[in-house]
Amino acid sequence: MSQNRSLVINGEPRSVDVPDDMPLLWVLRDVLGMTGTKFGCGIAQCGACTVQLDGKAVRSCVLPVGSVGARAITTIEAVGNTPAGARIQKAWLELEVVQCGYCQSGQIMSASALLTKTAAPNDADIDAAMAGNICRCGTYVRIREAIKRAAADHAAATP
Amino acid sequence: MHATKLITRATRREFIGSAAAGVFLLAFHLPAHAVNEPEQSPDDTKGKFAPNGFIRIDKNGTTTLVMPQVEMGQGIYTGVAMILAEELDADLAKVVLEHAPPNEQLYTNPLLGLQATGGSTSLRAFWTPLRTAGATARAMLVQAAAQQWKVDPASCTTAHGEVSHSASNRKVAYGALIDAAGRITPPKNVPLKDPSKFVIVGTSQKRFDTPGKVNGKLIYGIDAMIPGMKFATLAACPVFGGKVAHVDDAAAKALPGVRDVIVLDNMVAVVGDHMWAAKKGLDALTVSWIEGEHAKVSSADIWKDIRTASRQEGVVAKTEGDVEKGLGKGQRFEADYELPFLAHATMEPLNCTVWLRADSCELWLGTQIMTRVQQTTAALTGLPIDKITIHNHLIGGGFGRRLEPDMALSAVRIAQHMNGVPVKVVWTREEDIQQDVYRPVYRNVVSAALADGKVAAWKYKVCGASVMARWMPAAFQKGIDDDAVDSAIDMPYDIPDFQVQYLRVEPPAVPTGWWRGVGPNNNVFAVESFMDELARKAGKDPIVFRRDMLGKQPRLIAALDLVAAKSDWGRPLPARVGRGVCVQPSFGSFIATVVEAEVDQDGEILLRRIITAADVGLLVNPDTVEAQLQGGLVFGLTAALYGEITIKRGRVEQANFNDYRMLRIDQMPKIEVHLIKSGEAPSGVGETGTTAGPPALRNAIFAATGIALKRLPIDRDLLAGRTKA
Repeated sequence: MSQNRSLVINGEPRSVDVPDDMPLLWVLRDVLGMTGTKFGCGIAQCGACTVQLDGKAVRSCVLPVGSVGARAITTIEAVGNTPAGARIQKAWLELEVVQCGYCQSGQIMSASALLTKTAAPNDADIDAAMAGNICRCGTYVRIREAIKRAAADHAAATP
Repeated sequence: MHATKLITRATRREFIGSAAAGVFLLAFHLPAHAVNEPEQSPDDTKGKFAPNGFIRIDKNGTTTLVMPQVEMGQGIYTGVAMILAEELDADLAKVVLEHAPPNEQLYTNPLLGLQATGGSTSLRAFWTPLRTAGATARAMLVQAAAQQWKVDPASCTTAHGEVSHSASNRKVAYGALIDAAGRITPPKNVPLKDPSKFVIVGTSQKRFDTPGKVNGKLIYGIDAMIPGMKFATLAACPVFGGKVAHVDDAAAKALPGVRDVIVLDNMVAVVGDHMWAAKKGLDALTVSWIEGEHAKVSSADIWKDIRTASRQEGVVAKTEGDVEKGLGKGQRFEADYELPFLAHATMEPLNCTVWLRADSCELWLGTQIMTRVQQTTAALTGLPIDKITIHNHLIGGGFGRRLEPDMALSAVRIAQHMNGVPVKVVWTREEDIQQDVYRPVYRNVVSAALADGKVAAWKYKVCGASVMARWMPAAFQKGIDDDAVDSAIDMPYDIPDFQVQYLRVEPPAVPTGWWRGVGPNNNVFAVESFMDELARKAGKDPIVFRRDMLGKQPRLIAALDLVAAKSDWGRPLPARVGRGVCVQPSFGSFIATVVEAEVDQDGEILLRRIITAADVGLLVNPDTVEAQLQGGLVFGLTAALYGEITIKRGRVEQANFNDYRMLRIDQMPKIEVHLIKSGEAPSGVGETGTTAGPPALRNAIFAATGIALKRLPIDRDLLAGRTKA
């Protein structure tokens, strides 16, 4: 059923009147106009819609809004306010990872969640965290490099 | 094909750059009347120095560079801006980029003959026009300053948006010269800079378009938000060419958020308050279809047809010497190679937002072909062409798919039932894959004669659909599709007796279109696969065999030698591991690629190394060239490993990324790109990697297993010995 619910998105309370089963993706994009989170497949196969729930990467295209509860939603619009997100965005630009860019919101959300959990990810960690994100432009080589760059930046900044 | 009236509104993206920091910031101005619409401003040249279609300078010195080609990730906005700024000696801090409006008089791509972005033509087509535009504008500004100072223009210099006269220690900013420069007749034959003097071109510049792509701010067509808009999704008849028979929409209309069900002759659409309502509504419809004449078409039939047809002679596209005689001279070998239908699967699913009013129509989308979208909309609505505004956006993946206006056409047809309410039409991924225009199936039939360890004669026939004949009928002349024989008629090897034929074989039902790598994708695969087999027949190393026939191709030899060195060609490898090479002259570039791969006992492929050496002429933005080659290789290797659209009962069998698979990061090794310095004009880059990947991988598998694959995608059952060829 449709009901008024509150969500915490990027640290701010938001109220939406939407059905329970509506995926978070469409609440963000079509109801709240937060279009940084992208629609790619609708079946959690491509990762373009990745957001973070309490810092963990989730596919918002299959996440019913009714299941979110009080957990904190972070989207691409605000991930730069997190230390890992800021480092990832910086590394992405330094290494010019991006081509068409459509998948990159999701790539950055997955990579930031990885870095939050694992400060110095190895190749296997990167494979595990990033294999759910398809990039049709084929930026994978640079994504891997940029995650390592962002991790190294952190190591350098940490005494 | 020629729009005669100007549209004076351009989608504008404003870039504020800081040359000092070397970082460009992308600034969006969100107007009050729309949530997510990039600022729309007329392509207004009033009060500006506007010597041509590409450059507008205002009195503050703000230099607007108009982009004739669309940005879809290939980096062309940055490349075009660099070339213009180089010859203009503009101040990059004051450069603003704006997308060109639809205007075929000003922005026709000279290599394509219309305002379109595709075929890796952008830099080849616009290199000289852009340089000339920049240099001409610069000359006019210099002349204006010289007149003011009463000095010889030749004694003035320019840099960072200023004219200087060092003898008198005077300087004036371009912005202060615009009125005087505007009164000067544009000079003809202005000399261009000596490339050795370039200060921007040839340096790796940060891209203009990427900052907004890492923080969610950049607006793609699918992100357009118009106040009061509704959301729709659609389903066309799953059988190509079929029609709607009957729709039961009671259940759909009862769903919360569903506003309307629109039934057109060949499709149904559900309109809702958001995509979720529209999607649920679509799922709740019961539609019966009139499947029509293609209801029984299957891939098996399509292959049977093309194999039968391929026994006929084709139209001769090129001939040298006497091929029949030549084939009789040496040891003769024959083979055929086949490639499947492929979908584009751009990450941004097809979409178009339309606001159709009684007297005008606005469209928001990302398209490679603005003018055709505009013309299609005019024809459909009966509105004059100057009442149709196209808000073009940066594109979330084109790959040829957005060279078709169909997403606009269906959205406008839906909008015709919206009573003036704007509607965003988004295709589901399933619809995107099942209603594509597919890379055609191809069959190539080839015979060759070997004599003295070289190919003495070569007879090659391309059989397949002609995309050109549908897309640009005027270019399809005398039964020859120039694209379909590209990289076949101009294959680089020195072969005395040589013939290439083209045989047009249109598949029933399945629409075909441009796909990244276009014609060369097919021909380079067949040519380079057969070359590897012939090398083995001749008992020669694949690189040595090729090199011995590249006598007239110094640029390709250089690339081949470089890739051989960088790939450790010849160094022994473990069992079931092989290296494969591909050499290609496509898109004006000279590229040699080596893939090293392992084939396990189950026929699975592990990519170990990918190395490419490329001479693509003068490198405008070297880092972007590297990125395009890397990305293109992934695109091509994805197709080789997984890409196949199959047809059953007139329908596409694949629907989403679960059954139309993509390469993922955990399968990708490093891709080493070695760029060769060159003073030649820049050549095509965007599609070359796509063309290189499949034959290099196929030849690596041949080296690893001895199995000479004849078709793509790679048949794992065959490699594992579960089936026979």
